[in-house]
Amino acid sequence: MSNTVNEINILKADDAELMRISREGTLSLNLNEMKTIQTHFGTLGRNPTDVEIETIAQTWSEHCVHKTFKSIIRYSENGKAPEQIDGLFPTYIQRATEDIAKPWCVSVFSDNAGIIEFDETFNLVFKVETHNHPSAIEPYGGAGTGIGGVIRDSLGTGLGAKPILNTDVFCFGMPDTPYAQLPKGTLHPKRVFKGVVAGVRDYGNRMGIPTANGAILFDARYTANPLVFCGNVGLIPRNRCEKSVEPGDLVVAIGGQTGRDGIHGATFSSAELDDTSESLGSVVQIGNPIMEKKIVDALLQARDRNLYRSITDCGAGGFSSAVGEMGEHVGAEVHLERVSLKYEGLAPWEIWLSEAQERMVIAVPPENLTELIEICASEIVEATVLGTFTDTHRLQVFYEGAMVADLEMEFLHHGLPKPVKQAVWQPPKHPEMPSRDAATKDYTDDLRKLLASPNIASKESVIRQYDHGVQGGVVINPLVGVANDGPSDACVVTPVLGSRKGVIVANGINPKYSDVDPYLSAAAAIDEALRNIVAVGGSLEKTALLDNFCWGNPDKPDRLGELVRAAKACYDIATAYGTPFISGKDSLYNEYRDTTTGEQRAIPSTLLISAICVMPDIRNAVTMDVKAPGNFIYVVGNTYTELGGSHYFGIHGHIGNTAPAIRPDEGKLTMERLSTAINSGWVRSCHDCSEGGIGVAVAEMAFAGGYGMSLNLGDIPTGDEITADDYLLFSESNSRFIVEIEPQHRDAYENHMAGVPIGYLGIVTNTPEFVIKGKSGDPIIKTSIDILKSAWQTPLLSN
Amino acid sequence: MTEPKVLILRTAGTNCDAETDTAFQLAGAQTALVHIQHLISGKVNLTDYQILAIPGGFSYGDDIAAGILLAIEMKHKLTNALNQFVADGKLVIGICNGFQVLVRTGLLPGTDASAEMTQRSTLAMNTSAKFECRWVDLATQESPCVFTKGIKPRVYLPVAHAEGRFTAPTDVLADLEAKKQVVFRYADSAYPNNPNGSDADIAGICDATGRIFGLMPHPERFLTKWNHPRWTRIAEAQDAGSEEGDGLAIFKNAVNYVKANF
Repeated sequence: MSNTVNEINILKADDAELMRISREGTLSLNLNEMKTIQTHFGTLGRNPTDVEIETIAQTWSEHCVHKTFKSIIRYSENGKAPEQIDGLFPTYIQRATEDIAKPWCVSVFSDNAGIIEFDETFNLVFKVETHNHPSAIEPYGGAGTGIGGVIRDSLGTGLGAKPILNTDVFCFGMPDTPYAQLPKGTLHPKRVFKGVVAGVRDYGNRMGIPTANGAILFDARYTANPLVFCGNVGLIPRNRCEKSVEPGDLVVAIGGQTGRDGIHGATFSSAELDDTSESLGSVVQIGNPIMEKKIVDALLQARDRNLYRSITDCGAGGFSSAVGEMGEHVGAEVHLERVSLKYEGLAPWEIWLSEAQERMVIAVPPENLTELIEICASEIVEATVLGTFTDTHRLQVFYEGAMVADLEMEFLHHGLPKPVKQAVWQPPKHPEMPSRDAATKDYTDDLRKLLASPNIASKESVIRQYDHGVQGGVVINPLVGVANDGPSDACVVTPVLGSRKGVIVANGINPKYSDVDPYLSAAAAIDEALRNIVAVGGSLEKTALLDNFCWGNPDKPDRLGELVRAAKACYDIATAYGTPFISGKDSLYNEYRDTTTGEQRAIPSTLLISAICVMPDIRNAVTMDVKAPGNFIYVVGNTYTELGGSHYFGIHGHIGNTAPAIRPDEGKLTMERLSTAINSGWVRSCHDCSEGGIGVAVAEMAFAGGYGMSLNLGDIPTGDEITADDYLLFSESNSRFIVEIEPQHRDAYENHMAGVPIGYLGIVTNTPEFVIKGKSGDPIIKTSIDILKSAWQTPLLSN
Repeated sequence: MTEPKVLILRTAGTNCDAETDTAFQLAGAQTALVHIQHLISGKVNLTDYQILAIPGGFSYGDDIAAGILLAIEMKHKLTNALNQFVADGKLVIGICNGFQVLVRTGLLPGTDASAEMTQRSTLAMNTSAKFECRWVDLATQESPCVFTKGIKPRVYLPVAHAEGRFTAPTDVLADLEAKKQVVFRYADSAYPNNPNGSDADIAGICDATGRIFGLMPHPERFLTKWNHPRWTRIAEAQDAGSEEGDGLAIFKNAVNYVKANF
């Protein structure tokens, strides 16, 4: 053994000592896992080295292996008989995709991103990641490396995809949080907000990838644990989607040098944050987008010349993870002294585990090495041969000639004991909020407040900082309408310039419903993502989904119970709509603990659903802004008394108990019919009804189009009996849209929609007046689109 | 008549090269994406081309200031090749980061003794102090610029930059106006249509010959009418007829100029 390598004395350690080793080493291994390692090395008759135990901890980390989603769960719900779930992932996510069995799914859950078919020449890859813990401590660097990491996921899928689109969804604490109320050791939400946006902006813009889709949400419970979801879509030739590793292939590292940054990122993000986490600066990585751009430029050339057989990115766990995964089925031998370092002084385990950014590992047949190095040199990128893939089925790591790790691939990848976890779910009970019809006849102020609430208010100040037009393929922008400032439901891009085939990307996220029922929150997220796809002209037929769960500590049965509820919804709703999951990720332990007071905070259970759809002809796309006076406005889909978790209840300080239910039979028919109507050219504009219900949707359409509306709630189709005007206006029932129809298409549209509940709301007017009459026939909203637009635009103007 | 050949210059951080390539191909040119290293090493010769395009991006990360490192590299390592290219009456276009590079090499606005390559103007941080991605109305000016010959008096194009505020000493500005070297102005001086606070609303300039052209807006992002941010509102966009976006004319003009003159 080299003298820079330490032996970790676990053979004689008792339980307390094992846990001390895990804790003090930031290994995030529990006692059962430590004992499994102890037993394994017991049979070998030696202690592990630090390199070995770090490799195991990284490989077994929640972040890398998603053990919660694979664990056995004993779940009980609301007094029902307990059930045992053998893995949430295989049971609810993977099985949904298998049952849906879409032939256009090329690769699901096996590579760094999911792959679906695009056209005769290309496929699409899509992945969304989270970078929550780093962004809490260092927002700019955390978010930038978040987007950098997910871009490398696309580049590390198949033999490498060209990144064509970024999507970003953020959840922050309330921007007006008083400083005195900040949890100890946390940054103010405004600072996190600004830093995260700047990080994503500077990385994405420099990479030359359009950022054309996203969302920003606010809730006080995200203050200590902000969420940063970063997604990337890539374009890959159909014949470059498979990878393999042969013994004898060289292990070649491409890109940035290795330093001490990002060490323990994988294990750090697999634990809760507390008021001392801010001191853990070294766990946050340092990004360099130009380095990553050079790697993309070099690798895509090497890919097209077939110079390597496999590729993966160095993300969490660095070389340990990348080489360990690539060599899983063969074996690998790596010499750490060959690694190109930023500076001297790194211990071997630090070189091995470093999460320094902008590094990829490829498997290169020796005969191709010279040509590969030439390409890299011409793009000013370092390429270093670190070792060889072997046929030993062992991961063998050397430093200056001495072996510092010798692990069986079998133990490393399959030795992790399957945990058994307990989960419970009990529906919460919140006070109800009655209709305010008795108290008021005028909801203008409510509508303004809704438009001005930070979750709904315009995010233009952020969107404009992102380059959403680079690569020249964007055909539906994130901002649309007469002044290019209305909120588009989704973006549409043509990744192959000159082709009319498009890609639609949208998202759905509704953590507020989790306060009522995480099942409904997850279901609504799927429904919302699909609504957004359909609203711009997409179809369910060729739409795939990504699931990103951000949850609290899953070792706590109530948090895990919420996760079970959400996962069940994923299976039920995805199969009902026929939209498969192709990739996903979970980030658990989004909790904060004050170590002095013991106060514990968890985020609201948050599921982000991202949707991607292939659109045959982008000329059929529509936007959400109304187009011309005299056109008719309709609501599509039934409204129910469903205001639990709604924004309307929220602005009045209530949660309620009846979150929007999901009725996939109704929803599927509605979306299919509407999609056809749009693609037949009968719909001039379309907007999904989500936060703030019909009221917010029609207001946004009006001011985005620059025309007023004269509407009437009398003919809104309802699924239950609703007489209250505010409930009709602000209920957030799923599977609803607002559409604008030209008079000459009215009959065709109405005939086509037969069987789907639709209701005539009124007309687009040539004045700025915006009037909605209630059930009684009297106006309940009377204002102008300028006032509404200003209410919507002002709150987040300066961010 | 030569088949026009365009060299699209790349380096670390270039990122609008693919769409610039598409634009010139649609305009009827042969194109080559060439890393500056290959020009410096002599593997590729600038003399084989009639148009040099410097696309948008963040060359070398825009470290120090936008475009400056690539400008220095070009000035010092490609001095003779560039001077020869310009002296031969060939065309140069710099878009966004490419414009920043041309300004920092001094090729724009240029002097009577352009061989000196001295910087006389700059593209500074936007007055909003932010990266701005938006479409702007441009007023086409009367100028000798060969790239904008006969194009519409009003052109709508997107900008996407943080350092686009054109500014220069008063005498340089006066000189630009006198020689009609201002090619595009932001049609409305007020923010946000003038997205960066440029002096005299300048969005693009050419040298005195009209053969070297730099602009902050991105014509290569408006090659088809479906790139227009409001195409769903424009009835004509949905009818048959030309599918061309307004940006393409700039590339066609360049290609046609080469066809006519070489």
